[in-house]
Amino acid sequence: MTSATALPTREARRAGDHRWLRFIARRTGRLLVSLWVLMTAAFLMIHLIPGDPVRVALGPTASAELVEARRRALGLNDPLIVQYIEYFRGVLTGDLGTSIQTGLPVAQTIAQRLPATASLAVLAFVCAVIVSVPIGVAVAVATRRGRARRLELGFASGSIFVSAIPDFLLGVALVSIFGVALGWLPIAGRSGPESYILPVVALSLGPAAVLARIVRVEMLSVLEADFVRTARAKRLPPWRIYLSHALPNAVTATLTLAGLLLSSLVVGTVLVENVFAWPGLGSTIVSSIQTKDYPMAQATVLVYGAGVLIINTIVDAILAMLDPRTTVAEN
Amino acid sequence: MRAVRRTLRTPLGAAAAILLAIVLLTAVFAPILWGEQAAVVDTDDILAGPSPEHPIGTDGLGRDLLLRVLVATRLSVSLALVATLVAVTAGLVLGVAPLLLGRAGRAVTWFVGIAVAFPGLLLALFFAVIFGTGWLGATLAIGLAGAPSFARLCQTLVAGVASRDYVAAARVGGIGRFRVLFRHILPNIGEPLIVNATIGAGAALLSFAGLSFLGLGIQPPAYDWGRLMMEGLSGIYLNPLAALAPGIAVVIAGLAFNLVGEAAARALGIESTGIVARLAAVQPRRAVGASAPASPDEILAIRDLTVTFPGQEGPVQPVRGVSFSLRRGEVVGIVGESGSGKSLTALAIAQLVEEPGVVDADTLRFVGADLLEGDPADHRRLLGNSLAMVFQDPMTSFNPTKRMGGQLAEVATHHHGMSRREAHDRAVDRLGAVRITDPERRARQYPHEFSGGMRQRAMIGMGLMGSPKLIIADEPTTALDVTVQQQVLNLLRSIRDDDDVAILLISHDVSVIAEICDRVLVMYAGRIVEDLPVSELSRARHPYTRALLAAVPDMQTDLDRPLATVPGRPVDPAHVPAGCAFAPRCPLADAHCRAVDPDLVPVAPTARVACWHAGEPLPTPVAEVARDTEEVVA
Repeated sequence: MTSATALPTREARRAGDHRWLRFIARRTGRLLVSLWVLMTAAFLMIHLIPGDPVRVALGPTASAELVEARRRALGLNDPLIVQYIEYFRGVLTGDLGTSIQTGLPVAQTIAQRLPATASLAVLAFVCAVIVSVPIGVAVAVATRRGRARRLELGFASGSIFVSAIPDFLLGVALVSIFGVALGWLPIAGRSGPESYILPVVALSLGPAAVLARIVRVEMLSVLEADFVRTARAKRLPPWRIYLSHALPNAVTATLTLAGLLLSSLVVGTVLVENVFAWPGLGSTIVSSIQTKDYPMAQATVLVYGAGVLIINTIVDAILAMLDPRTTVAEN
Repeated sequence: MRAVRRTLRTPLGAAAAILLAIVLLTAVFAPILWGEQAAVVDTDDILAGPSPEHPIGTDGLGRDLLLRVLVATRLSVSLALVATLVAVTAGLVLGVAPLLLGRAGRAVTWFVGIAVAFPGLLLALFFAVIFGTGWLGATLAIGLAGAPSFARLCQTLVAGVASRDYVAAARVGGIGRFRVLFRHILPNIGEPLIVNATIGAGAALLSFAGLSFLGLGIQPPAYDWGRLMMEGLSGIYLNPLAALAPGIAVVIAGLAFNLVGEAAARALGIESTGIVARLAAVQPRRAVGASAPASPDEILAIRDLTVTFPGQEGPVQPVRGVSFSLRRGEVVGIVGESGSGKSLTALAIAQLVEEPGVVDADTLRFVGADLLEGDPADHRRLLGNSLAMVFQDPMTSFNPTKRMGGQLAEVATHHHGMSRREAHDRAVDRLGAVRITDPERRARQYPHEFSGGMRQRAMIGMGLMGSPKLIIADEPTTALDVTVQQQVLNLLRSIRDDDDVAILLISHDVSVIAEICDRVLVMYAGRIVEDLPVSELSRARHPYTRALLAAVPDMQTDLDRPLATVPGRPVDPAHVPAGCAFAPRCPLADAHCRAVDPDLVPVAPTARVACWHAGEPLPTPVAEVARDTEEVVA
């Protein structure tokens, strides 16, 4: 190969990278703006609470001096703009405030509990994808062009039914079957790999059913595309047509939805954690709302929200890598 | 209402409506009938399992759980409905804001765009912090949490309606924004909004159960399904039904709202799945030993080729007995109107007709191999190497997510066992062969980075990855500019000249066929009606061929007069008339034509025609007839 032909190649690649980087830069910008909105909302949350949040938190029996002291400690007597700036400075330096109930730094509690929640959500998401994609592809191939009507009907009604069961109810059902009746699996707590099984199943079954349906619908429409006919005209074997030609084109819509599912799955852990007494952030946010521990509630909402925003940005970046048209359409 | 009636007529809609009616009736009457009984405390019988007296057991105060589940229907459903109302109202306000507020409205849109990215439960928890626990706080929290997605929906719906002509006309006419909103826009988005609100009510029901289950919703002594689940979970070792029964009630009620909404959406929208036509039993018939021996020069031999599809009223046959052959290096065109069966003929030869279509023939022989018999794997190898296809739309015929070079190369890796490196080099070489400049760089690009003409040349290059004996090109130039058309035709011609490849060119454009082909097959209603050398086109014998030729504009065409067309409409393959299919549009047709279909018979050493009046002078020039009719036929 001469350098004359190699040069434009490298340039073309660099141009492609360039476009992707610009796309990522724009997405990062949007992420920062969204984070700012989120932090502002979290900040305002405490000020939107009807009445004096400290009085509400400490109850009517607390003395006026105690309330006043706590107000000062939380900086609630400063002008709003000062509080706003202080709040931002705190969040950016990792200071999420102090719990009204325990007096401990909120950041410490969150750091302790975040791994349990994150591992649960990620595991559940991976399971949902691993199960749903092969099922969706297989059902699409089997039912295309009106074949196997019974399978189609069974799949449609089955997946609708499964996705209609809320994850916490599924958790309760799993506990009563596999924990109580059969006694195979632990029903609560986080203690070793087997304690993950029931919460992960409860969290992933619904999203898996939704994803499998989307994969099927996307595959069905991709299989009718002209380029699939071209692939057939090349006399490629069917598995190669389905997996190498059709599936990557069904990925865009699937991944978009999977991103949404992942962010709702992250928040869905709140309910499932309460079913399984999982020592994660979900129990923290619920108890903080019940005990009116506002700094704690504020920080957990912030963490969940930031998690959702970051997941969305990552999904967009992956999409742009897999489907080069995404970046072009944006430009 | 139209929507309600249509929804109820579908089986799903009717079933869902009955389910919803049961849920609503329970919500109304259960507290009246059993409200007091459900509150009766029995300290002798606490946390009991199922018994005849208490079918699903009792709670911590010995109260009957079945009755409590039934009574809880009212609170659960009514609060879900109130929350939905809050969501729809807030969503509507946010959704129409862009229309009413102008620039400030854009900020609302921007804000909704950010808020909608957060899952509903997170928003509900956010508001639960502000409003605190209890029924009012939970209702507001769930309602406001649902607002962003409704706002997004409203924005989309409003934008759709606002761009319609009559709304634009009203605005141009000086009608105020509010008046436009209430008179023209809201009535038009009402239906989809109600349908989505119904689905949303199902979701609100589940969210409410979730919040109460967490202890953030309904507080004792009041109880809803979520609260009952929470209380049941603590006693799950004693009585699992205590937690499961209210959960099942939540699912049933949620599904009832959901399904009614979905059924209504489906009834109002376009039926997407459609009833797939059942495949009528089509018996393949085969005349044994009818095929003529192959000559060494023969590339393709077809006799009595048919393609059949199942239809609403029995099988439909868009290709009804096509016979012809192709020799090495011969370029044959098939011309005809849309629906004449020319493209299906091409797909049938290439073995690309998919179920439920059925291809049959007395003879279908490609380079000596009978494609109707033998091992499909052998055929695949033969066709993959020796038959190249070029499709109409180069835009959609390449896989948008794969690089061009890879799409060409996989033919070689798969059929010729080449390594990736060799196959890539071959692909680059072939791109060069179809006159794509800088093929090394182009091979690394994606289809969307190619122009239309380049894509079509690359498609031809893909066919040249093997050593094709036949190229089937189905309308290869239709989607291209005139100058680019010429390049593609020149390319096909030079490939024929260099390698003696036979070409079957399908087109509706007689001038394209005339430019490159040796011979023309004219198809009408699934049959060949005339087969003649291009040089004899001017002496065509079939009235349909003559009408087609008269419809081709040339330099002498008087542009002040309407363009000539073939009078009448093409035949619908589901309703082919008896006798000659062209008879209804033919100026020469008589009773015999309408009764008996003429066979395709040789009329000269090189020409065949299927017409009882072949070559007879036309009563009036076809072109004159055409100018009298307004009907335009593609």
